[in-house]
Amino acid sequence: MTDSLLQTALHGLHTELGARMVPFAGYSMPVQYPAGVLKEHLHTRAQAGLFDVSHMGQLRLWGVNAAVALETLVPVDLIDLPVGQQRYAFFTNATGGILDDLMITNAGDHLFVVINAACKAQDIAHLRTHIGARCHIEVLPEHALLALQGPAAATVLARMAPKTDFAGWTFMTARTVLLAGVECCVTRSGYTGEDGFEISIPNSHAEQLARALLAHEEVAPIGLGARDSLRLEAGLCLYGHDLDTDTSPVEAGLTWAISKARRVGGIREGGFPGEDRILAEIVQGTSRKRVGLVGLERTPVREGSEITNLAGETIGTICSGGFAPSRNGVVAMAYLPSEYTADSAEVLALVRGKPVRMQVCKMPFVPQRYYRG
Amino acid sequence: MKYTPDHEWLRVETDGTVTIGITHHAQDALGDLVFVELPAVGKHFAKDEPTCVIESVKAAGDVKMPIAGTILSVNAALADSPEKVNEDAEGEGWFIKVQPDNLADADALLDEAAYKALLD
Repeated sequence: MTDSLLQTALHGLHTELGARMVPFAGYSMPVQYPAGVLKEHLHTRAQAGLFDVSHMGQLRLWGVNAAVALETLVPVDLIDLPVGQQRYAFFTNATGGILDDLMITNAGDHLFVVINAACKAQDIAHLRTHIGARCHIEVLPEHALLALQGPAAATVLARMAPKTDFAGWTFMTARTVLLAGVECCVTRSGYTGEDGFEISIPNSHAEQLARALLAHEEVAPIGLGARDSLRLEAGLCLYGHDLDTDTSPVEAGLTWAISKARRVGGIREGGFPGEDRILAEIVQGTSRKRVGLVGLERTPVREGSEITNLAGETIGTICSGGFAPSRNGVVAMAYLPSEYTADSAEVLALVRGKPVRMQVCKMPFVPQRYYRG
Repeated sequence: MKYTPDHEWLRVETDGTVTIGITHHAQDALGDLVFVELPAVGKHFAKDEPTCVIESVKAAGDVKMPIAGTILSVNAALADSPEKVNEDAEGEGWFIKVQPDNLADADALLDEAAYKALLD
């Protein structure tokens, strides 16, 4: 079983650091290091955490028509995406659901795309089927992806790249940076709600870079356990849990990511799978939507727990939930009918058959600290 | 100390009562505990019945009764400081003190060597 798992370029380093390795999306990945999930989570919020996210899919789309072609699969403006700019997007299906969410960067002569590990094979097939004739799709299995996240991330990276202008490098933009002796595509973004970077680097140089980053006293290695609690506190969706093929981006509260140019009245209105449902929902609203919930008790509420109203009628299910170390409490996300989505509305989550009181809360659950210049 | 294959420990006290917790191995496997739910004092549990709920950042589990008995007291400090279990699972991180129905039931549990063999 273990033999069939793929390993990232940092596998040896994870083992050396004492990581507990678990199977995740076909890879052997570190779920935690000896410090444990709580300390790793809090360390990332206080200083800087280094994450190996090399299991994610990295692609380059080449050709003059790449942006035009990719626009047919996502409700996002890519034609006018400035060079060096990154945008969040999602592949939609014909019924307006979500096939995967992804990050797209205009790297100048190509589009750099990061997709979820668990969706990698189907996303690549989807791209090849629909736009494979209009652009060249290069898959990058020989590249690792390292995320450096936290308030000290920029300070640390600036020490390693003294010629790079970090003050002028804002959230959701990309730079080419010389790290570990090799040019890396680095975006100022991440999945924690903190300032930070995602560094795409050839596998051959990944361990050298990881060791160099870990040599700074602010940086600690962080596993997938804390990655999940950090993204949950930041109110960020996890595909397959908070997003799926039945859920529209409007229900998911991701309307902000649907570009004006692709909406009703926009200069390139529609033109993506499921446009009828999605564009109508933007105008008319939806009968259910994703909300944040905070626990009024200490009992952790996890994915799959049923939610009822105060009268005990079932109204939904928790899609992500758990202990939030930075709040020292419990937070969750769920899809609820519109009448229950007002701020501070009270609902009950059933845990081991017992009702646990929860309250609707605006997300993110912790303040975002992205660097906006 | 006696042990169960489910990673509980049981210590027989000089007065014939027993103290129960989870092993160091169990806390390590669970990871950081964030929630502990303790039973009511005076409640009786059969052998193998779940008495306490434990939740780590990652997962939920329970503490089962190694032998039948009645709850004499609980480690109430765990409700606010579940991390005590991670810090000292076989000491300050104890869960419950129990009056066993039959103290001899403890003889059937694993001794330290047998439990260690189980972990290897």
